[in-house]
This record gives sequence, structure tokens and C-alpha cells, in this order.
Amino acid sequence: MPYIPTTDHDRVAMLQAIGVPDMEALFADVPASVRISGLNLPLGRSEVDVYEHLHQVSHRNAHHLTGFLGGGYYDHFIPACVDELASRSEFYTAYTPYQPEASQGTLQAIFEYQTAICRITDMEVSNASLYDGGTALYEAAMMAIRLTGRRKILMDSGVNPIYRNILQSYTRNLAVEFVEIPVVHGQSDRDRIMAALDDKTAAIILQNPNFFGAVDDFSDVIQTAHAKGCMAVMSVYPVSLGILKTPGQMGADIVTGEGQSLGLPLSFGGPYLGFMATRLAHVRKMPGRIAGATIDANGRRGFVLTLQAREQHIRREKAMSNICSNEALCALRALIYLSWLGKSGFKDLAHICAQKAEYAKTRLSTIPGVEVKKSAPTFNEFTIELPCDASDVVSRMIDRGFAAGFPLGRYYKGMENYLLIAVTEKRTREQIGLFAEALEGVL
Amino acid sequence: MSGNAIYFTKDHEWLKVEGDEATVGITDHAQQALGDITFVDLPKIGKVVNAHDPLLVVESVKAASDVYAPVPGTVSAVNEKLATFPELINQAAYAEGWICKFKPFTLAVNDLMTAEQYKVFLQEN
Repeated sequence: MPYIPTTDHDRVAMLQAIGVPDMEALFADVPASVRISGLNLPLGRSEVDVYEHLHQVSHRNAHHLTGFLGGGYYDHFIPACVDELASRSEFYTAYTPYQPEASQGTLQAIFEYQTAICRITDMEVSNASLYDGGTALYEAAMMAIRLTGRRKILMDSGVNPIYRNILQSYTRNLAVEFVEIPVVHGQSDRDRIMAALDDKTAAIILQNPNFFGAVDDFSDVIQTAHAKGCMAVMSVYPVSLGILKTPGQMGADIVTGEGQSLGLPLSFGGPYLGFMATRLAHVRKMPGRIAGATIDANGRRGFVLTLQAREQHIRREKAMSNICSNEALCALRALIYLSWLGKSGFKDLAHICAQKAEYAKTRLSTIPGVEVKKSAPTFNEFTIELPCDASDVVSRMIDRGFAAGFPLGRYYKGMENYLLIAVTEKRTREQIGLFAEALEGVL
Repeated sequence: MSGNAIYFTKDHEWLKVEGDEATVGITDHAQQALGDITFVDLPKIGKVVNAHDPLLVVESVKAASDVYAPVPGTVSAVNEKLATFPELINQAAYAEGWICKFKPFTLAVNDLMTAEQYKVFLQEN
């Protein structure tokens, strides 16, 4: 069945109505060089054939590997309630909530998601979500530029290199100057960052824990940034906020992060979830949807999209951003996940991840030739130095059934022998033991 | 620049000259067209603008609109009351609803209108 709603007859009638002889004439104004002459696609196939094909393709996913790979996306357990509630048709099929009179459920879910994000980050206001952690960080950088009227962005190279690439490519044609401050031994170079903060700097972008796993308290850096009139933007791993000092407590102005860990499956290409929170004073410069609570004419509590004058459909080309959507279903999953854990469960989860990672560090340091880097405290992810190329080790570990980690040489020159290892609550003591044995075996 | 004078622009701003300072607001016609004003994005003191540069944004229940600088100048004061009571613009566009002041400024633009000219301009448009 072709998914084209018009019939040949419809098209002829429409062409006649506008006085054009045929489709070719309709597109005559589009230069031939940019027109597609034909799509190189196979012929249509039966449902059973397509199903079989997709089933085979899905087997190429590495479901069988035991995961120690992180780098911003983590293998956390997803409680059954997340799929069960998020797949209810009231949520699953609902489209964007323009009409509050018809969308109270969706709007309330978004409002409560925003509340949850504010609580875990200790910030005052959150938007309804963005596409992913990387694009959320880009939006934060642009927001800082709007707030300060400055165009220079300092970026700690401990920020996820994937995010840094996204920022560079999004701003390629904009008047934005990026200055990257290299890390020293996997930690932020405070002195260099503080010296680089000046009255031309819109923001300093930091990440906690950083890409190497190092946990930091950036309060001093943020204080210095504020003294120079700069915004402090921080990208965080949400699960770590169960036990770490929050960006709100450190004084950050804009907080973003990847919400995949909050009840979303690991998936090549997403959909993932970008979250963003800020201070109330900056809310009018924040991009994206915001759900707000209000009261109706009869005094009943209700929910609406609010502060829409920031957005494209009202502000047009002067909107805060061209983002005019959000990841509502992913945000809903995050809300269900956080609600299911509750305050103490969220804290417990963070503790378990941190403790298992510490156990893995101890176990891996017994392997000859492996050096666990201990220059900074870590949360659930840490760096080890190997006696050989980490990419090769990762390939050999796949044969033994493990996704061993992220080879840092891929983004950091001179770190070819370094491997980034993540441990979540899903990894058992036994798995960590088997992982260590396999690693020792391939070295 | 002597004496008190009030000028109008095609973008519906008004400019009142008092000695070496000029006060800027939006006209009664503009506030009526915008409807209930909900937020005024006040400019920073010290902001330097040329005539016709975007000066600030006024948000109403219907729209968000740029207010342009009627003349070249430097923002010397803003009406802080508007942060809490943006409706002052609806209530008294030419008095308590003033938005900011310029000092120094120049009247070196040729499209300022007098009250009479602005009245005609509104009728014609």
C-alpha cells in the first residue's frame, strides 16, 4: 500500500485547478541540478519479507555483550513500570499539547517532569526537554550569548567530545568564538580557566563528572566566572546527582544533560532526552517549551504552555531558538523512572553505581600492566591505562562477550592506551570478575 | 535642544525631550494595538544605540514586539516599575508607562514627527 493520500485522479484535478498541465510543469522552477531523478530503492516487498529482514538486521545489535561502555550513555536497568505507563495510548499517541483544554494529562506530566529536573539539579526552572544532551548544551551556549551579549565561549576539554563536536558544527556559520581549555591529567585546568575568563566571555562550559570520570566541585570557578560577568554552564550526568554536589549548589546558571540514563534504552541514534534548567531570572532567554501551572476561571488548578512569547510561532526570527518541539515521551519516561525510584531510591542508585565502580577499580588494579588512574575522585566511570592500544583491546574484548569501554584515543591525542570504563547498578560482582579475567587474558 | 518637545516615530515610539535628557515610550496607539502588556524586557543602562536599532522587547498577550530607538543615544535610566507592573504602559503610555531615558542623545534623525504629524500618519495608515 503506498502511503500517499492523493490518487492519480486527485492530482490531475488539483493541477487543473491551478492551471498547470502536469507535475513536470509544476516543478519547472526547481533547478534540475537539485532535483531527484529517481530513488534507488528496491521494489516493494511483502509484510512477512520486511518483517524477516528487519528481524535479521536487529540481530546485528550487540545485545549479548556485557556492557562497561559509557561515555555519556549508560546501561541502567529500566523498571517494567516505565514501559507499561509510557505506552498507555493517552500518552503514547498524544501529539503536542497546544490546546490546554484537550491536553491536561500531557501538560501535567511535562510540568512534573520539569519539577523533577529542578529537584535533582537544584535549579529553579526547567524547560519541557530538548533533543539530547549535546544539543541541549548547544542551546545553553546560545542562551549564555543572549544573556551576556558576548560571543566567546570557553570550554573545558573534559566536556564530552561528542557534545563539543555538536557545538562546533551547530555554530560553524555563527559569530561564536570557542576557546578550549585542555585538561591536565584528566582534570580541569582551573588556573588556566580562571585566567581565560574575561569581560568578552559569555560562558564557561564545564561537565561533572567530566569525560574521564573525574568528579569536581566547580564552585570556585563559577564564582570567578560571575565576578567577570560570565555565565556558568554545566553539563551533568543525572544519576550522579543522587550523591554529588549539585550544579545548583555550585552556583551554575544553566544546567544541561543527557537524560537517557533515566529510563530510556540505549539505542543507536536515540531518541534520547536533553534536559535544561536555569535560574528564574534567566527564564525568558531559555529556549524550548515550558509547561506552567495556573488556575482556570473556576479556580481549579490546571496546566498550560507558558512564556510562549520566547518561541518561534510568536517571536518569529527573533525567537530564543528554532526549537519548537520537545521529547515529550522520553521526558515522560524520565518522570516515571524518577518517581518510581523516589528520593531515597535515587540516592541509593547513585551509591550502588559508585560502590560497584570502586570495586571494579580495585579488581582491575590487580591486573599486571593495568594502571587505574587515581588523580581525582570518580563516580561510576573511570580511566585505566593499558600497556597497549585501547581500541585493539576493545576489539579483542568483544570476542569475549564484553563491551569493554570507550577508547580515549579516539578523541584525545596521546591517550591511545587509555580506556574509559563505566559501571552501573546492573553489573554484578561476578560480571566484574569475569571482565577482569577477560581483560587480563587479552593483554 | 531647548524647552520641552515630544516627538513620534513611524514605529510608534514617543520621545520627550527635557533639557539634556530624553524619555522614550510607546504610543497610546501602540499599547492599544498590542493589548494587555505582560512583560517589558528593559534595556541595560549604558546601552548605546543608533536610531532604528532594536532597543527592547515588549510582550503582550498577543505578540512580542521590538521597540526601536527613536534617536541615537545612550540609555541612562529605565523604568524599574515596569518589571513588576508592565500594565502601566496600558494605563498611561505617555506618563507612568515611560520605558527608558537617553543621555546623551541627538535629534539628528529626519523622520521624527510632531504630535500633529503623527495624528495624520495614523489616519493615513
